[in-house]
Amino acid sequence: MNKLTLFGISIIAVLILLAIFAPLISPYNPQAIDVDNILSPPSRTHILGTDSLGRDLFSRMVYGARVSLEVGLVAVGVSLIIGVLFGSLAGYWGGRVDSLIMRFVDIMLCFPTFFLLITMVAFLKATVFNIMLIIGLTSWMGLARLVRAEVLSIKERDFVRYAKAMGAGNFKIISRHILPHTLPPVLVAAILGMGGAILTESALSFLGLGVQPPTPSWGNILMEGKAVIDIGWWLTLFPGLAILLAVLGYNLLGEGLRR
Amino acid sequence: MFSYFLKRLLNLIPLLLGITIISFAVIHLAPGRPAYLKEMDPRISLEAQEQLIKLYDLDKPLFKQYLNWLKRVLRLDFGNSFVDGRKVIVRIRERLPVTLLINILSMVLIIVVALPIGVISALKPGGLFDKWTTFFVFLGFSLPGFWLALLLMLLLGIKLNWLPISGLKSFDYHQLSFWGKNLDIIKHLILPVSVTAFGGLAGFSRYVRGNMIGVLKQNYIRAAYAQGINKGRIVYKYALKNALLPLITILGLSIPGLIGGSVIFESIFAIPGMGRLLYNSAVARDYPMIMGGLVIGAVLTLLGNLLADLCYAWADPRIKCK
Repeated sequence: MNKLTLFGISIIAVLILLAIFAPLISPYNPQAIDVDNILSPPSRTHILGTDSLGRDLFSRMVYGARVSLEVGLVAVGVSLIIGVLFGSLAGYWGGRVDSLIMRFVDIMLCFPTFFLLITMVAFLKATVFNIMLIIGLTSWMGLARLVRAEVLSIKERDFVRYAKAMGAGNFKIISRHILPHTLPPVLVAAILGMGGAILTESALSFLGLGVQPPTPSWGNILMEGKAVIDIGWWLTLFPGLAILLAVLGYNLLGEGLRR
Repeated sequence: MFSYFLKRLLNLIPLLLGITIISFAVIHLAPGRPAYLKEMDPRISLEAQEQLIKLYDLDKPLFKQYLNWLKRVLRLDFGNSFVDGRKVIVRIRERLPVTLLINILSMVLIIVVALPIGVISALKPGGLFDKWTTFFVFLGFSLPGFWLALLLMLLLGIKLNWLPISGLKSFDYHQLSFWGKNLDIIKHLILPVSVTAFGGLAGFSRYVRGNMIGVLKQNYIRAAYAQGINKGRIVYKYALKNALLPLITILGLSIPGLIGGSVIFESIFAIPGMGRLLYNSAVARDYPMIMGGLVIGAVLTLLGNLLADLCYAWADPRIKCK
């Protein structure tokens, strides 16, 4: 295994551990306001400093890891369900079904990504779950195209013809004989997608349209940090680095698996 | 060329209809009644809710709602903004030029920077230059653009005070000379344009590299080498031309991301463009504005893609024959 892939895996492992053991790792309550320690720079008591309400940045970022991990999993889960369903239907049946579904994909791709996202956020309530759902609903198109292309090539192979000749139903052929073979490229796309979902969530939260305070997410910590960017550089530097590392981890792992 | 153009134009009709259907569906995100009426969101006044019902005919059957809405959309009538009561289309028209300018400039910047990077790393895959650019491309894919914007703002704007960090014009803009005014706007555009371009840079340079490596392996390139034509001529005249073709499409495909990114960067740099307008409308739940922005944004993307396709057909005669 490649050194870089290993680096990616270890970043994600750390992310998962932080998310699971957040209450044990974080030295302070992430919501605890401390008026005596407002905007104190990184020090021995607060290793990453505190924010404008005196909350410990390190603790908030540890809890923020939970949001990032969840967003990656759920958003990609949603886009996997839609993408695999549409992609396999289009690829397997072809003809009218195929052109209808692919037209739908083309149309979805016309919408400037963030325009669609913030429109949906404006119409729905900005709960963490809704954010994840919306990100999934707007990011399945690439997967659908990928699955369709894979299914198109696999359905002509001999073992599929054999299954058909033996009288297997369409559903069984797709789910048992075709989809397992699409797994490797889909897995790579899903892992890369998790990084993308984290980027999208953090941008939305940074704009104040994603995860709502006081629930900490790396994006909304950055939003709060922007107001005091000239005196509290640590509130901008550390959460951004965390996003960069997490996304880099998924990208390195995805690229490593591709090879 | 003309019949190809006509065919492409006819192709737009179902796509445009699809755009309106999906936009319309977004209004009705929640099953049954729209989410905002169900929730009785305290951010919307009762008056605004009545306005909404009237605007989108929410008390009529779904099919009729859509037809009425479509009829008005075709006349570019998106209703009036809830915030200041002015026509949605007028407000969008005011804001659009800035956004288009920033996006076109950043596209130019992407091409100017990514092209040489991609070509040089393709000349020696696995070489030192290629290794470093691969590393930066990976970093670029993972870097949140808005964070980069914040860092540049902090460094170049606040610490070093080299560049202005918000708006398009300085306070003393009206007292400046003609050249002073232009220089002022250019200074204000440097950060937003470079940050917008950054997102596309990594991907585009990768595509250039990949295409270039593929083309350089072709037989006609080897034949050219065999004939003793010098390397520079082969690379920049014969290979580059062919490697560039598919990139027109890639550039077209990057439009939604670029326009979408304007929401983020115009908000950060307080630039009065369409992205910021849409963002403010989303925060204020100004539904007619949001819907107008969504439809116009999608139509712009569609036109951008059409333009890319036409460029492609113009550059590659094989396409027209198909």
